[in-house]
Amino acid sequence: MSFTPSSESHLLCTSALACERDSRVLYNDLNFVVKPGHLWHVKGRNGAGKTTLLRQLAGLHPVDTGEVLYSNNSIKIIYIGHKLGLKEQLTADENLSWLAGLDGSSTQRQRYAALEHVGLRGYEENPVAQLSAGQKRRVALARLHLCKADVWLLDEPFTSLDQQGIVDEIDWLNQHTRAGGAVLMTSHQDINLPHVKILDLGQYSPLLGECLLDKGSAII
Amino acid sequence: MTESSWRMPRWFHQMGSPKWFYGFAGILQPWFAIAALGLLTWGALWGLAFAPADYQQGNSFRIMYVHVPAAILSQSIFLGMAVAGAVGLVWKMKVAFMVARSCIAIGATFTAIALVTGAIWGKPTWGAYWVWDARLTSTLVLFFLYAGIMALNQAISERHIAGKATAILAIVGTINIPIIKYSVEWWNTLHQSSSFTLTAKPSMPAEMYLPLLLTVLGSYCFFALVVLMRTRSQIVQSQSGASWLMQHRDITGA
Amino acid sequence: MIRFMWAIVRRDLLLVARQPAEMINPLVFFLLVIALFPLGVSPEAALLSQTAAGVIWVAAMLATLLSLELLFKLDHDDGSLEQLLLAPYPSWSLVLAKVFVHWLVSGLPLILISPLIATMLFLPSQAVPTLMLSLLIGTPTLSLLGAIGAALVTGVRGGGMLLTLLILPLYVPVIIFGASSVAAAAQGMAIDGYMALLAAMFVFALMITPWAAGSALKL
Repeated sequence: MSFTPSSESHLLCTSALACERDSRVLYNDLNFVVKPGHLWHVKGRNGAGKTTLLRQLAGLHPVDTGEVLYSNNSIKIIYIGHKLGLKEQLTADENLSWLAGLDGSSTQRQRYAALEHVGLRGYEENPVAQLSAGQKRRVALARLHLCKADVWLLDEPFTSLDQQGIVDEIDWLNQHTRAGGAVLMTSHQDINLPHVKILDLGQYSPLLGECLLDKGSAII
Repeated sequence: MTESSWRMPRWFHQMGSPKWFYGFAGILQPWFAIAALGLLTWGALWGLAFAPADYQQGNSFRIMYVHVPAAILSQSIFLGMAVAGAVGLVWKMKVAFMVARSCIAIGATFTAIALVTGAIWGKPTWGAYWVWDARLTSTLVLFFLYAGIMALNQAISERHIAGKATAILAIVGTINIPIIKYSVEWWNTLHQSSSFTLTAKPSMPAEMYLPLLLTVLGSYCFFALVVLMRTRSQIVQSQSGASWLMQHRDITGA
Repeated sequence: MIRFMWAIVRRDLLLVARQPAEMINPLVFFLLVIALFPLGVSPEAALLSQTAAGVIWVAAMLATLLSLELLFKLDHDDGSLEQLLLAPYPSWSLVLAKVFVHWLVSGLPLILISPLIATMLFLPSQAVPTLMLSLLIGTPTLSLLGAIGAALVTGVRGGGMLLTLLILPLYVPVIIFGASSVAAAAQGMAIDGYMALLAAMFVFALMITPWAAGSALKL
């Protein structure tokens, strides 16, 4: 049951990854590889564990069974979840400043450029609380253009965006993966890009009655 | 798979398997039940009825046979809970968390018994039901610690997160208990000229001491029984549907 | 890592500047509790000066507790806590940074205003330096221990009350030695032993809090 990554370079891969919630197994024995240029669309029904999978890959959710392996320790991952991670009382610029400051630094010019890229020119000094939901989402996404990251983990990134915003974002995903980055995202919307790979979590959920805990202590 | 940095014997990891623990605990249970019943009855009868009366306190000292085991257990259970929690955190054993969870209610109960019997004992001895002496006060703080752990355990709905959070709190609490005890004792000497400890144990004759030993041991057996039972029931709850459960005689299948 | 912690400190201070209520509320609460005491018990100088040490310490503790709930909760609610945890630095550094800001915002003002409080409660003036010193060592300890509780109840319903229940037993030693040191100073006795113990407790809290709170945040 052990998983050996191929000799090609990979950014991250999982080995027999599993997750349970309240003794109900969400998915089991999940093995896949994320290589540069991959765009994974994680699909599944509500409650299938899509968000939990992304969080496990990000390192936010504990991994009790199986493993998540990163190609090296300095791999940069940006995770944008349901909650945007923005402080409402700070301006868009200030938010990007502290977000970028978590792992490096940024100049105002860079931040302004990122905000312009997502269509928020002129809104840089507005408190986020005054922005609409779609605009807030764009501020969060601006971080992707500000901080160079290898892997983007995006949970429902099209939420609240208008038509143009969705088109723009698909374009950014395209650019990022063509440049060698990787994306894993969940969405109920289809993404019309040729190189999209589908990961259907439904395939990894166990039949009724099986239980992870049968295998005893996790470390054996 | 995460590896522990120390080499633990095989039986240690085996204990972490719910299936094995369930079976083993089932075997041990009746023995603990018998031992608890026997020791407690023998100790209680001897201490409460037959031991000689204390020359100073008369018959009221007999409450010691209930108070002292309760006080001892209340502290050991807290420590045991923290140890089980630590094992669960380090070796990621779910059974360890279940054991820790089983300790909470019984530990809190023993603490409450210690408090109440301490108060009852205090009345004929000092004339008041409650005095802020070192022992009673630190038992009260211990009770609050238990209450906090119980509240945290109930407030978190997802079981394995609750287990980890409870373990962290238990460990923090255990490290703090000596500090708390020391500070309360010190505070007590500052404010009261006479330090009359609730359990004056200078030289107790064997007839007084032995029943105490029996009740303490019996209480430990009772505690072990309760923990085994509650852990087993948690295993059943979490493993509902597992095939090996059906093979045990004491579960009527559904 | 220092830059990371500094980024957090800067951000949180900026947030407090945007919403000064966060800083003012605990201070007002502190004053209110102090004021309620003579109102509820007795305004007699003799009685007040005897109990002043303990009352001030308990009030300071309550004021600290009041602001602890928000330590991680606000960040948890808008998702920024996740982003902080995702940064490539250990979670204990994030805890220390936030606790530092918490102390700056809720503990330091108490220390600065304590001479005024001492006058209101007729605490002998010779005890005031000790009061300030004990608060200086003690309030960081309260912030640190409280952070453990705050981290444990993040995301839990009814967190505020639960937090209080969890932390108060841990606060008992700090209160005992803090208040006793001030009472001793009021009577002209030496305070070295108390200060040493308070300092030891601070160091102890400094050692266990980052681990405990950091682990609890990742749950």
